[in-house]
Amino acid sequence: MNLKSLMLLTTGASLAATGAMADGHMAGSMTLVSWGGAYQVSQQRAYSEPYAEMHDGLEIIWDESSAEAVARLRAMNEAGNITWDLVDVVASDAIRLCDEGLAMEIDHDEILAPGDDGSSPTDDFGDLIVSDCFIPQIVYSTTVGYRTDVDEWNGNTPSDICAIFDLENFPGQRSLERRPIGNLEWALICDGVAMEDVYDVLETEEGIEQAFAMLDTIQDQTVWWNAGADTPQLLADGEVVMGSTYNGRLFSLIEEQDQPVAMLWDAQVFDLDGWIIPEGLPEDRLARVLDFVRFATDTQRLADQSQYISYGPARASSAPLVGQHADLGIDMAPHMPTDPANAERTFLFNYEWWADYRDDLDARFQAWLAQ
Amino acid sequence: MSDATQDGPVLAADGTPLKRSLSRALRAQKLRALMLIAPLLLFILITFIAPIVDMLFRSVENQIVSETLPRTVVELEGWDAEGVPSEDVYAALAYDFMEAAERRNHTRLGSRLNYETTGISSLFRQSGRGVDDIGEDYADQFHDLNPAWEESETWAALMGAPDWVEAQSADDVEGAGLLFRLSVAIQDVLPETSDAYRSFARTVQSEDNDNPVAEEPWNTVYLALYRDLSTGEVSGYDGPMADLLAEAAAAVPDFEGMTPREAFADINDDWLDTEVWATIEAFSDPYTAGYFLSAIDLQLTPDGVERQPPEQRVYLLLFNRTIFMSMAITLMCVLLGYPIAYLLSNLPARTSNLLLILVLLPFWTSLLVRTSAWKVLLQQQGVINDLLVWIGLVADDARLALINNQLGTIIAMTHILLPFMILPLFSVMKTIPPSYVRAAKSLGATNFTAFRRVYFPQSIPGIGAGCILVFILAIGYYITPELVGGRTGTFISNRIAYHISSSLNWGLAAALGTILLALVLVLYWVYDRIVGIDNVKLG
Repeated sequence: MNLKSLMLLTTGASLAATGAMADGHMAGSMTLVSWGGAYQVSQQRAYSEPYAEMHDGLEIIWDESSAEAVARLRAMNEAGNITWDLVDVVASDAIRLCDEGLAMEIDHDEILAPGDDGSSPTDDFGDLIVSDCFIPQIVYSTTVGYRTDVDEWNGNTPSDICAIFDLENFPGQRSLERRPIGNLEWALICDGVAMEDVYDVLETEEGIEQAFAMLDTIQDQTVWWNAGADTPQLLADGEVVMGSTYNGRLFSLIEEQDQPVAMLWDAQVFDLDGWIIPEGLPEDRLARVLDFVRFATDTQRLADQSQYISYGPARASSAPLVGQHADLGIDMAPHMPTDPANAERTFLFNYEWWADYRDDLDARFQAWLAQ
Repeated sequence: MSDATQDGPVLAADGTPLKRSLSRALRAQKLRALMLIAPLLLFILITFIAPIVDMLFRSVENQIVSETLPRTVVELEGWDAEGVPSEDVYAALAYDFMEAAERRNHTRLGSRLNYETTGISSLFRQSGRGVDDIGEDYADQFHDLNPAWEESETWAALMGAPDWVEAQSADDVEGAGLLFRLSVAIQDVLPETSDAYRSFARTVQSEDNDNPVAEEPWNTVYLALYRDLSTGEVSGYDGPMADLLAEAAAAVPDFEGMTPREAFADINDDWLDTEVWATIEAFSDPYTAGYFLSAIDLQLTPDGVERQPPEQRVYLLLFNRTIFMSMAITLMCVLLGYPIAYLLSNLPARTSNLLLILVLLPFWTSLLVRTSAWKVLLQQQGVINDLLVWIGLVADDARLALINNQLGTIIAMTHILLPFMILPLFSVMKTIPPSYVRAAKSLGATNFTAFRRVYFPQSIPGIGAGCILVFILAIGYYITPELVGGRTGTFISNRIAYHISSSLNWGLAAALGTILLALVLVLYWVYDRIVGIDNVKLG
């Protein structure tokens, strides 16, 4: 082969390659927004990688912006240029986005796949559809981890949530999230209020004062965290002896990093995470997103996700399919917040209630913290 | 030289006055210079000034109430803020709310008003689901009276301008067709109904792209018809559907149904709460001082401006803290930075360059890494406490709290902002000739006097520049206080960030930002009066 024909051949090959790439671009790209970290990896491995295999040429771009999704979506909406196709948010943000008209209202039965057992999506997801815009993916919980090697505890180990407020038996620093949601409920439960009455009590001035008075008792022993990674770090360093965080973070601290830490499931506060579709997507992008969402939230895909992270699938029909961790090879069911053994005493946010009281109580909480 | 003896203006070679031709030439030059900087000027205007102005504007902007509930706001003007408003107000609310719910604006307004009065968010969300039933009982009675009222064409013929109806009734109308126009004749006879129907027709056209001729009106339109017929007189009307209308007018006195107030109370009895109405009225103006009042711990109530309850006052405290801590950080930077800059400027070039690199090194490291490193160093089980315990200075069970409080913020931010103090100091000190100090000493000054009376005064412009840089950067800082500030070491900027990204209360965030900006400008002015801005040098 002479030089000339070699050059022709390579030119031809590269042209063909560019052609193929151009085709791929024609098939389009899709921008998914999530939280980054282990959670996003679990979504990639369970949803987007299998989907990309089935759809040649589709480019899936991940953006780790869920933490500021609400503000970014509003800014995009005002600018009239929506660059995101599907956004992963917590349920309270989904409600806010839906209220603001920034997320698309959907008919769950129409756009989602029925469950493997034949149940309709609305039955399969049940109560977890907390907003007309929200497509649930996982149930996670905020719960408490504690160190197992604290000498001052004289061999006692916490058995229920109220250990947080028990400085006598469990002295040492604790860490709690720097927001009222969750903390006020725990404070009331540990002050003798029945779980089902918590929001009725919190609605009254006395109830709020009661909750803050309970928090007052531990205020000087508490580190207030902002990021989910804070408590695991504080626990691992021995900076705090117990602290609240997401159950998936505790799973990786205990099972993957093998720290001397154990966790409580008592009064775990259930929360939801799921997708919303931004309002105002053009037709072609919307069609692409709907196809992906239908796939990514079917029974098998939600069950698959639990191989990579210890969050419970939002569909009831996925629960029997939960298997083993893909890398560690341990059974995942006992690590699911939704597992019957773990869910004996659980607490589900009242989202509607918090949508009303959030601004007010947050101002109070911040004022309380700052004093 | 004869020109000089002439009276009148000096002339140029072409006969025009010299002054004018000179200014013309200069103007061309200035214009050319302006053209040269125009790209930069435009860039700054568009990407910097305009967004700031837009953001500041949000701190007073409040059109959302009067745009979403226009009729209610007008009707509410006559309300005396005592007892529940009249039926007219509730009827206006029904028309407004129906349109808002169809346009999906009502929840946004609910969130806005919820900033002021807790509970309005869910009230509006709930009412959006129930509002399409308001007037249903009247709709049914009209349908029973004459099935023609069920026909969308009846309504279009009654309400639409004749030429509009004709154009829209053709078979080839696609989608919404022409924008709805009211018939002139009906407006006087049925004022509320025509208003409600127009609202319906235009909403259907713009939201669903449907032709109003083919759509049955909302139940609220029947409510409006009932209200018009039970109060007004239709005998003078002789337009389309006059017979139908006359028949209805005769039957209406026997109709029974919920009044608008009862209907809203049926959805949620918070609609009978005067506090809700007082909030709507207080925030019905297109511009409001409400955000600014909230930003300084005040609130707008029907009785005027009041202080927030003590347990909710937080912003003034945070402003005070932000300023106090920024000053402390600036002072720490001066105390630590001055000797370093002095050393740098007096060492031989080679050594000082090496040290300068050490000063600059933090600039090339991520802010987050630096802040996280401080966490590792300062926490109670951290390096510094371990060291102190090992030396025996501190008991193991009484480790120092160096982080997650004000001290932590001051330490970490002093470290991060130190280069901004050292660099201007260094560049000013470089220009102070060493011979001055030598001269002072040769005239008998001690080391200290020579420094105090000769060297230090010359370095003041550097201190001034460094202080301004550090203080202004510190006052707006938010990542570091957020990470290491804990409970007592957070700044006002952390609240601004919260309102921007989490609570979506951009109006309050804008008001807080505006106050912060104003504070900086005032402090800058005070600084100018005391130190003199001419006394600031960056080198």
